[in-house]
Amino acid sequence: MLRNPLKILMPLMVFIAAIGAWETYVRFAAVPPYILPAPSLIAATMKLDWPILAASLLVTLKTTLAALALAVIGGVTLAILLSLSRIVEYSLYPFAVVLQVTPIIAIAPLLLIYMPQDVAVLACAWLVAFFPILSNTMLGLQSVDRNLLELFQLYGTSSRQDWDARLESRLKALWYLRRPAALPAFLAGLRIAGGLSLIGAVVAEMAAGSAGAGSGLAYRIIESQYRLNIPRLFAALVLLALTGVTLFLVLSFLSRFLLRHWHESALPREA
Amino acid sequence: MTTSTLVSLNQVSKVFANGVAALERFKLDVHSGDFISLLGPSGCGKSTALRLIAGLTGPTSGTVTWPGSSEADHRSEIGFVFQEPTLMPWANVADNVWLPLRLRGVSRQEAKGRIAESLALVGLQDFAKAYPRELSGGMKMRVSIARALSVKPRLLLMDEPFAALDEITRFKLNDDLLKLQGELNCTIVFVTHSVFESAYLSNRIAVLSPRPGRIVTEIAGAFPHERRSDFRTSLPYADLCRRVSQALTSTMKDERP
Repeated sequence: MLRNPLKILMPLMVFIAAIGAWETYVRFAAVPPYILPAPSLIAATMKLDWPILAASLLVTLKTTLAALALAVIGGVTLAILLSLSRIVEYSLYPFAVVLQVTPIIAIAPLLLIYMPQDVAVLACAWLVAFFPILSNTMLGLQSVDRNLLELFQLYGTSSRQDWDARLESRLKALWYLRRPAALPAFLAGLRIAGGLSLIGAVVAEMAAGSAGAGSGLAYRIIESQYRLNIPRLFAALVLLALTGVTLFLVLSFLSRFLLRHWHESALPREA
Repeated sequence: MTTSTLVSLNQVSKVFANGVAALERFKLDVHSGDFISLLGPSGCGKSTALRLIAGLTGPTSGTVTWPGSSEADHRSEIGFVFQEPTLMPWANVADNVWLPLRLRGVSRQEAKGRIAESLALVGLQDFAKAYPRELSGGMKMRVSIARALSVKPRLLLMDEPFAALDEITRFKLNDDLLKLQGELNCTIVFVTHSVFESAYLSNRIAVLSPRPGRIVTEIAGAFPHERRSDFRTSLPYADLCRRVSQALTSTMKDERP
């Protein structure tokens, strides 16, 4: 990264220029803060309202991370089951697709009727994050070099033909070949799911918040909008964006770290 | 050199699920110590014959028999080298060589000596920690051969292993392979498109007809250990190449439109 400082400097300069232009415009045009607050006012509001915003951030962050963890557990487990058995794949995969293509904003009100509010919010975030993990992990598990599988068949298969022997050989193939082969696709899915779990949490909080409950950042945004407290709305928005960026950077780092020895996506590019 | 039969393919036919007939009444006896090349046009079933011997697919009719050994025994006696190196990119060279042993439940510690020995046989003892991406095409193929050798095979099946390599590397690996066979006293069935390679390496050259493949002629070559370093430029080699080439041309003329 240090080899190419422009990669950091250029976006930083664009960011500083945009903030400067925004500040200048608001000050010179005397735009009222309930229309467009200046960046300096947003920063001051962030500092002033930090106890409220930090508590809300924690709520949203908890939901996001819990949803992501559950999506990883559920997505990977189901992907393994689907890759081990065609019958399970035929039986369950269509339902996973139906859940994915149905807009979460349409499902959220139903979940809020049937579940306690915090569980419903978590379920919404999980539903959005689950599918990229499932589909990417499945793709990865099915992307093993055919010759390697034949090699495995030659060296790793028991001469016994009973059910136990077949399961044992499938589990061996899963552990030695499919698991490492699936890692790049799984990590790509994880990066997508990280962002989506935040989006899912925010959408669910908005649905819950509009019903008069909730205390996450999305609820703060709606509350600030009703009260015309636009600087706080922007401050909450900034925190959401920072959370998303941090999540993406952490997951990108994890991906690079785990693939650093062998995968093209994680290898340093030649000058 | 012993000449007991290691494996026999008796009137083997193979028709795939899509209706393509790969082999028809294919008959081959592989004897201990043989270096047999299966030579023929693309799609004539050479690789299918190799996969039948390895037990990776079953015949539609006919039998593959292993006189004097059970299925479990003969499986443990086979080494397989593919056209591509087929290495695990996430594992280093030593771990790639370990794979067949690992699948048989041999721990890394137990396999350590065998891995080092196999790598030394192909001249890669200094590259145990390297990853496949750090190796040249020829070195990757050597790792693939070392992996096949790690199980101490009595029968080495090689499916056009040097087809994708440049000529200089191919010549070098041809010589190394002959040396290895001499050292390990193993039997090799080698699939190739190359008349020159088959004539250089083999003591038996089986020329296959176009699909569905069957052996139309078999030409005897010199045993590898009888060869000297100037074999590639000798008159007997040139004569052998001419005879193999004629046999191949003749079988291609019979190709159905």
